[in-house]
Amino acid sequence: MKATDGNDNGRMVLRAEELWKSYDEGAIGVLKGVSFEAREGQSVALCGPSGCGKSTLLHLFGGLDTPDRGHVWVNGVHVDRQHGLLRLLRHEVGFVFQLHNLIPGLTLAENCLIPTMAAGTDRRVAIERLRALTERTGLSHRMDHPIQKLSGGERQRTALCRALMNKPRVLLADEPTGSLDEKTSAQVFDLLLNLVATEGITLLMATHDLSLAQRCDRLVEMRDGKIIEPSHVR
Amino acid sequence: MLFLKLILTNLGRHRIRTFISIAGIAFSVAAMLTVVTILQGAIGMFSNILSNDSQIIVFERDVSDLFFSSVPAQAADAITTWPMVAHANPVLFGIVSSAGHPIVTCFGVTPSDARIQKARWIVGDRSSFSENANGVVLGERAAQFLAARVGSSVPIGHASFHVLGILRTSNGFEDGGVFMPLGVAQKFFHKEGLSSVVTVKLRNKDEAAALKTMVKEKYPNLIALEDTEFTHSYSQFKILKATAWAVGGCGLLLGGLGIANTMIMSVFTRIREIAILRVNGFSEGQIAGMIFGESAIVSVLGAVTGLLAGVSVLYALKLIPALDGYVDVTIHPLLLLIVIALALLTGIAGALYPALYAMRIRAVEALRFE
Repeated sequence: MKATDGNDNGRMVLRAEELWKSYDEGAIGVLKGVSFEAREGQSVALCGPSGCGKSTLLHLFGGLDTPDRGHVWVNGVHVDRQHGLLRLLRHEVGFVFQLHNLIPGLTLAENCLIPTMAAGTDRRVAIERLRALTERTGLSHRMDHPIQKLSGGERQRTALCRALMNKPRVLLADEPTGSLDEKTSAQVFDLLLNLVATEGITLLMATHDLSLAQRCDRLVEMRDGKIIEPSHVR
Repeated sequence: MLFLKLILTNLGRHRIRTFISIAGIAFSVAAMLTVVTILQGAIGMFSNILSNDSQIIVFERDVSDLFFSSVPAQAADAITTWPMVAHANPVLFGIVSSAGHPIVTCFGVTPSDARIQKARWIVGDRSSFSENANGVVLGERAAQFLAARVGSSVPIGHASFHVLGILRTSNGFEDGGVFMPLGVAQKFFHKEGLSSVVTVKLRNKDEAAALKTMVKEKYPNLIALEDTEFTHSYSQFKILKATAWAVGGCGLLLGGLGIANTMIMSVFTRIREIAILRVNGFSEGQIAGMIFGESAIVSVLGAVTGLLAGVSVLYALKLIPALDGYVDVTIHPLLLLIVIALALLTGIAGALYPALYAMRIRAVEALRFE
């Protein structure tokens, strides 16, 4: 089944066609003919049990992995590991993971500046963007603090800032609040939704938390490597 | 700056491991610098013995060691009379042992030799050194280790010699040597009528080619070389230099293996971090640059530490009385450049495999195991 949003408003930013993916030489089938579309500025939650293929789908959209069969487009450009992968990672997509995956020993600001350094962004532009993002995420007073001295929520907000530094069109979030307590989780998620909405970013988020998922524009359920149905459209 | 901070942060995380790698390179560089400098100094001293007040050295063609060279007295006498020659001095080299001293270098020289005439005599009179004298003159250090005084008898090899005088030179070999009248040395070493070399001073330096041609024509079994030519072509010097560089090279190889080990461990322990950098847009080149940057910093710090340690060791060796005159702490800038370049190359070579491994890390595999 193809997961679509049922309306034609907005440009198609994410598109997957008949994706098949397996591991261990085909022994473990993870994606079994998944087709999916998401429009510009939409927030889409991918729900389903562990191992149903949510993370794999995110990885394929981010160019971190290749499908056995099928095709992926991000912002109209075919995702191919051989061509344009760096451009995709530097300018089109941002990743947030369950663990913050920040680099210890560096400050909050330095961690956030890593994507801009990789992309060769002008330092003044990068600092300006960093100021704006930390202001919005309430981290501006922690810019020069080492990561080790931040709380779990602050670290995850830092990871969110880092993912958005290069103004990506798409934010791929793999259980972004999975390691946080309920209250912090809600705060970080509010922030995430607010940021993607104001910046016009398309959000594709894998989550187990139905209460959070229901706050997205769309909720897509996956099971056993397939999309069951577009179970909820706001 | 952030790239450098990334590199330094990683080195700082494993300080002991980084320190051991720096120490490995430092020891290698210090060993190379010390061995090469000492041997080059020794070569320089030996060359100075030959070039003392002369520009050309004549010796037997195709001998691998000057101690085995035989130049007939007739040839030495003839060369003295050639028009372009200001003076020519036959010198016979010999090595013997003395009680408690396995190596004593002996120089059989004529009374007119610059080594006798221009040296500073501490005790004795240079006029006492004649062809007929049945005695020897000692370098200052030789006099010390042989516990000899002027007028005493000193055992050298299978014989005993009367000490005529003691002289001081800045050359370690000469200062630790025994000077015999040429005739006495020829008899002592069973080389009557022969010398090892003839050192020649020209009236005009431009006539070197003419002298070399004449030697080749008149004495085909002899060869005449200018001092610099000799230093570059003498096989013993080549062997010494090759040995020094080989010893230093082995040291650097070990240092390189140390760096390789450190960098491999460094990459293995932060596979996930490298994966995150890739996800954040780091190219394979940037990942490799980070690994090479780390090894370059370790190499440079190791090289600088090693240079400081090496120079300190050389000065310390120079202060040891027994080595006085043998250690020349003249460090050529070219040698410094070569040592630093080799240390850097070692670092880069040691980081090749770790960098390749880091470049091939697949972010998706590293991230799958949260």
